[in-house]
Amino acid sequence: MSAVKMKINGKAVSGEVESRTLLVEFIREHQGLTGTHVGCDTSQCGACVVHVNGKAIKSCTTLAVACEGADVTTIEGLAKGTDLHAMQAAFKEHHGLQCGFCTPGMIMSAIDIVKRNGKNVSEDVIRRELSGNICRCTGYHNIVKAVQAGAQNM
Amino acid sequence: MENFNYHRPATTAAAVAMLKKAKDGKYMAGGHTLLPTMKQGLAAPTDIVDLTAIKDFSGIKVSKTAVSIKAGTTHMEVATSKDIKKVIPALWEMAGKIGGVHVRNKGTIGGSIANADPAADYPSACLGLGATIETNKRKIEADKFFTGMFETALKDGEIITAVHFPIPKKSAHQKFPNPASRYALTGVFMSQDAKGKVRVGVTGAAASAFRATDLEAALSKDFSAKAIAGVKIKPNGLLTDMHATAAYRAHLISVLAGRAVAAAK
Amino acid sequence: MADTNTGVGASVRRKEDLRFITGKGNYTDDINLKDQTYAYFLRSPHAHATIKSINTAKAKKMPGVVGIFVGEDVAKDKLGGLICGWGITSKDGSGMKAGPHPVLAQGKVRYVGDHVAVVIAETKEQAKSAAQAIVVSYGVLPHVIDAAKAMKSKAQVHEVASDNRVFNWSLGNEEATNAAFKNAAHVTSMDIVNNRLVPNAMETRAAIGSYENGTESYTLYTTSQNPHVARLVISAFHGLAPEHKLRVIAPDVGGGFGSKIFIYAEEVVCAWASKHIGGRPIKWTGDRSEAFLADAHGRDHVTKAEMAIDASGKITGMRVHTIAAMGAYLSTFSAAVPTYLYGTLLSGQYNIPNIYVEVDAVYTNTAPVDAYRGAGRPEATYVVERLVETAARELKQDPAEFRRKNFVTSFPHQTPVIMCYDTGDYAAALDKALEMSDYKNFSKRKAESAKNGKLRGVGFSAYIEACGIAPSAAVGSLGAGVGLWESAEVRVNPIGTVEILTGSHSHGQGHETTFAQLVSTKLGVDINSVSIVHGDTDKVQMGMGTYGSRSGAVGMHAISKALDKIEAKAKRVAAACMESSVDDIEFKDGTFTVKGTDKKMAFGEVALQAYLGHKFNTSEIEIGLKESAFHDPANFVFPAGVHICEVEVDMDTGLTKVADYTAVDDFGNLINPMIVEGQVQGGVAQGIGQALLEGAIYDEDSGQLLTGSFMDYNMPRAANMPHIENFRLGFTCTPCPTNPMGIKGCGEAGAIAAPPAVMNAITDAIGVRDLPMPATPLTVWTAMQSMKKAAE
Repeated sequence: MSAVKMKINGKAVSGEVESRTLLVEFIREHQGLTGTHVGCDTSQCGACVVHVNGKAIKSCTTLAVACEGADVTTIEGLAKGTDLHAMQAAFKEHHGLQCGFCTPGMIMSAIDIVKRNGKNVSEDVIRRELSGNICRCTGYHNIVKAVQAGAQNM
Repeated sequence: MENFNYHRPATTAAAVAMLKKAKDGKYMAGGHTLLPTMKQGLAAPTDIVDLTAIKDFSGIKVSKTAVSIKAGTTHMEVATSKDIKKVIPALWEMAGKIGGVHVRNKGTIGGSIANADPAADYPSACLGLGATIETNKRKIEADKFFTGMFETALKDGEIITAVHFPIPKKSAHQKFPNPASRYALTGVFMSQDAKGKVRVGVTGAAASAFRATDLEAALSKDFSAKAIAGVKIKPNGLLTDMHATAAYRAHLISVLAGRAVAAAK
Repeated sequence: MADTNTGVGASVRRKEDLRFITGKGNYTDDINLKDQTYAYFLRSPHAHATIKSINTAKAKKMPGVVGIFVGEDVAKDKLGGLICGWGITSKDGSGMKAGPHPVLAQGKVRYVGDHVAVVIAETKEQAKSAAQAIVVSYGVLPHVIDAAKAMKSKAQVHEVASDNRVFNWSLGNEEATNAAFKNAAHVTSMDIVNNRLVPNAMETRAAIGSYENGTESYTLYTTSQNPHVARLVISAFHGLAPEHKLRVIAPDVGGGFGSKIFIYAEEVVCAWASKHIGGRPIKWTGDRSEAFLADAHGRDHVTKAEMAIDASGKITGMRVHTIAAMGAYLSTFSAAVPTYLYGTLLSGQYNIPNIYVEVDAVYTNTAPVDAYRGAGRPEATYVVERLVETAARELKQDPAEFRRKNFVTSFPHQTPVIMCYDTGDYAAALDKALEMSDYKNFSKRKAESAKNGKLRGVGFSAYIEACGIAPSAAVGSLGAGVGLWESAEVRVNPIGTVEILTGSHSHGQGHETTFAQLVSTKLGVDINSVSIVHGDTDKVQMGMGTYGSRSGAVGMHAISKALDKIEAKAKRVAAACMESSVDDIEFKDGTFTVKGTDKKMAFGEVALQAYLGHKFNTSEIEIGLKESAFHDPANFVFPAGVHICEVEVDMDTGLTKVADYTAVDDFGNLINPMIVEGQVQGGVAQGIGQALLEGAIYDEDSGQLLTGSFMDYNMPRAANMPHIENFRLGFTCTPCPTNPMGIKGCGEAGAIAAPPAVMNAITDAIGVRDLPMPATPLTVWTAMQSMKKAAE
């Protein structure tokens, strides 16, 4: 076991973890932040996407020990109190979710897409850059709409 | 996955020493091949030596004749480098097609090349550009580096430190992704140097990335789609799996090479 | 109505979204109970083998191990096996041959992934490590993977079925149908395979079972679409505990698509084993690899289908023989899928006087096959719509007009395969789809595509489905082990807020919003004053759950009935309070008025009075405002529509893209158009997935699942779907006559309609008659190559 310290959603946290403890396990099981999900075991589905030091990554393919000192943002860290992040609001407004399971990862990826590509990001770029996020419910139609709308308000 | 000892050295020398001490150690950079493999129980190293904290392990340098990319540089860094886009646009483009965004944010050039997945993209770029792979011990020509499926010329403990790509006159990359995994079902990386000599690196089609020498010979004489229209790629030795037969892969090499010629700049 | 924007017909934004977009959902794996242990299932590496011995001695000594259980332990405890709740009778009158399906294998394993042992430990990793230390000695047996080969295979999956045939079922008049073929002017005959699919809801299955010594009762948290059915089966068939000693909770569930209807071994074992480790809770969360191996798969039909057409171009008969894979065991509803959910829909939207279908259901050494989004109806639609399109092409008729000529046009319409279509207007949907898709200018678009090296094709799918499952007596007579009604309870609180308890279960469908919309319209209260309670057998008395697009037509109908009772009771209270006769009370927009006076009371005031009991005689009117209702549907409901797909095929590589998609559906009245559209979009994505991308492939030699992860099983991604401007949805409306809302089901339509639309488009594009799904680049390229060769 080794100690690890990082910041999650602006709050300093620490814990004792095994070397093999994945970041997503640290987030879900050690910190009790269950908004970040696990939908596969081959790094494909993107339900576990969080931001580490400002970059969208798959927390199921990242060791917690390797995040020593990192600044992590999860879905729980987006809203300011009851004020939703523009991308969260857009997903609701455009019905970009059904069962909600892929949604946290989708929103984290969507914010990252807009940050890198600007508010007028094209539909093609959105679709291409969502290749690492799988949704089984929506057919992506409303997710793409939500990302476009969220981009305008970010 | 099984537990392991985790090391995070600050220097290459320390990394080498740590791996040497380990019973069954592995270097790890982005971890996007190693960790999934371990999760599936297909690998269980006793020690992981994480290379990402090594000082000076990432960075891009462009000179008049070459692009040098340090081993720890992520695909995203390459895919967003304006300097690389200017001199080898195909390399820039290729990096932007590796995996998805999250993979590109973590995966590194050194990790990709050292792992030598038969469907990875970088090996084709190394062969197609005639890169030199630099390690903590020596410099290896790409042509001598990829020796088989997940096999390279690297010796035990040897660490890739940088990859040097000569700047060609023209280059192009064409990828036909496996629709499920996004790896290359077949990918072609092509370049033409100042003297008109053409290199064609192919990935995804065989146990290891390789050079399509027949295409190279034809294109070195005449860099046009017409020149390779008659070059028949033999399916012998190419892979057959549920996604593609050897014949289909052979056909894709021809199609992608034709498209690469048209797209080369 | 208090707020017209929240009632029936409005695209109200979903009430449930807030918790999901902020990471506050409560899925089974998010729940952790005190003193919880973790289960890991050791699974069979072989497709078919005897278990000679299992040695757990070493594993039991591993760190953290709390308990290890195998089939013998289950047998000793007389824990019943998994059941199939629908019995099918063969043509010869014999019953279906159901082999035993123990929750932990006893003596034999029958597919790769079959559950052999469970290890319970302090941590997941410890459980997994210990499982690897269990030594199982297997005697490998011959196996069969391919449904088409099952009846002739040397491998015998179950003792009860010597030829691996579960049943040989038929429907329709064989003689009359044969006669129709004899007299036909044209016969179109096709071999059609419906590819095996893995449902892959994004949340994998999970369970926490716990036994409480003090009350001798069990609690099971599970990812279920129908927790009450789970409780019923686990009580009545597994015999774990009587119903009042077993609470099943299905909290937020991350998608189901049918795969979470069924009662699986893992969930039962977690509950059962908890008692054997002293009542500590046991948690199991399946990983994706396990989902691929052990969730029930969908489809897997091998069919020979023929269509008889007379000289005037009218369809006169259809003859279908299907071999349907059941997998290694009969899953919960499996037997109903290739029979009463399939054969009964083979008339499509067409007036076909003679239909005969025969189905051989067979065991194979693969994961069990059961209902997956559409369940039987996609398979039927695929057969009908591939045949119709191909027949039209052979007869050189426009596929739209050939369909139109054969449409059922008067209702009710009794088909020769049980179903009686209540209402519809198929031509209206066709016209609208032709218009929306700009069909008349298709050739222009085709020419445009050709300039870019792309072959463009267009394909139709005029589907019908039967959902709102189903009249209890009818399904009972056809073999169902349960009634398929639904229940509802309406509790009005003293301040006028409303709680709806429903036996339906929402796992993406948005019931918390749509059901509240119905309440809003009927009682005139704001939807924010309504809460929907579901998914807990201790809260909701009994229910049948959500599948087969039944929650609107059946579940909401039950709510509607209970709301009617609330209104009637409230009127009596209002009448007493306003000192008038009940007959003079009118209720509109949440206000009770006395006819011809200016007396009025708001709904909330009446609710309060109902609980105060100050103003009426409580021996005449009971205190309180709470009503319940059960509703049994009078008929299935019959959503139908026309989908038109245009594809572009890359001539060089065979890569196929859906370039344009138009869906026109008749779901009757819509409660929430936004949610309905979302259901169609998602369904179409799954249909496009089946047609272009997805297929579960087992290796014939080894019996291993080759497509065991998202690395090889191709899930639809955002870039696989048509662009926003190229994906149009439209609706026509013939209200359903058998429910007061006039609604039909919308959950499965897209997955039913899309596969034939896509395949008809590809075959049109490349000019080939037959093409298997999924039409991967390799498949399409290979088809184009063989055509090229044939032409040479």
